[in-house]
Amino acid sequence: MADVPTPSQTVGPFFAFALPFAGGQQAADGAGPESVRIQGQLLDGADEPVPDGLLEVWQTDQFARSQTDPEGAFHFVVRKPPAIPGPNGALQAPHLNVIVFARGLLKHLVTRLYFPDEAAANAVDAVLQEVEPERRHTLIARDDGGVLHFDVHLQGEDETVFFAS
Amino acid sequence: MSESASFDPPYLHPDYRSTVLRAPRRPLVRLPDEWFHHAPGPVFGRVPVAPTDSDLTRQHPGEPLGERIIITGRVLDGDGHAVPNTLVEIWQANAAGRYVDPGDDHPAPLDPNFTGAGRCLTDGEGHYRFVTVKPGAYPWRNHPNAWRPAHVHFSLFGHELVSRLVTQMYFPGDPLMPYDPILQAIPDPRGRERLVARFDIQTTEPEWALGYSWDIVLRGRSATPMDA
Repeated sequence: MADVPTPSQTVGPFFAFALPFAGGQQAADGAGPESVRIQGQLLDGADEPVPDGLLEVWQTDQFARSQTDPEGAFHFVVRKPPAIPGPNGALQAPHLNVIVFARGLLKHLVTRLYFPDEAAANAVDAVLQEVEPERRHTLIARDDGGVLHFDVHLQGEDETVFFAS
Repeated sequence: MSESASFDPPYLHPDYRSTVLRAPRRPLVRLPDEWFHHAPGPVFGRVPVAPTDSDLTRQHPGEPLGERIIITGRVLDGDGHAVPNTLVEIWQANAAGRYVDPGDDHPAPLDPNFTGAGRCLTDGEGHYRFVTVKPGAYPWRNHPNAWRPAHVHFSLFGHELVSRLVTQMYFPGDPLMPYDPILQAIPDPRGRERLVARFDIQTTEPEWALGYSWDIVLRGRSATPMDA
């Protein structure tokens, strides 16, 4: 019998002694040619850093977890994923699923990180097409001298696009 | 029942003050369910789970102070099927209502024999089991005379992106629950009820520990068995 799922509650402010684990920010060893460093800042509606956030990256066989520091900064080292087919059979642009937890978020947020060197694939990606054109930039990381920069804005002018089913 | 039936709280719940600057203000972009179902969960072999991680009373040389308890239950998917071999992480305050976290400045004692973090994997039938001490209530600064009811934080993965869940388990009869804006952010009383464990005399071990039973239902469904 189908049942309504157990409801969500906030991760709260005091998870840092429990959820982070050794090497958790690295889903790749950082040495391979496909490995990429992603860094960014989690920001609230006053553009202030969120120092008690937790982000996770999910992509097929990759998982990484990073808490934010006092400046709201997080980072991951992952392998750039290949294009994988979506449920409609068409290839999706390479992307990472990103999950955001924080005190004040009663339910986690889900977003996607797309790659700046995939302009052609991004232009036809089915999920990006669901997003208003003027907001798509919030989902595409910026190449900052070989490091990918990806800020997450919970609110404000550049509020990151978050997804729900 | 529709796939999207939900007891989840809204993002913006001003009674819980921290939501005001952190809840997204724009509508979320809705994707068909299968887009989330199509994102299988990652391999969690990387998160280390030792057998002792599920007994929070045995992580230090001495025993922690407090009321020893057992928390057990099953993890199920939306169709009522067991979710086997999935990671369950918990964390909590000690019996005095103090977290090990350096950010917690509540003037209650730390317990040198208690950290308050645990992990386990569900068994083949979706069962999990932790031994710990009952966490204390503690004050916070959300509003005047604000106190969190005793609770244990839970984090679960399930099979796919859509099943990810972080929540809190409460204890039956706690008089602080009606005053708690985090629990009360869940609009439907049936949803709030789902976060309250049941005292369970069957789980209770004589002359050892009180037992609480709490089942967890994740969104989504188990993978369809492959056709041979």
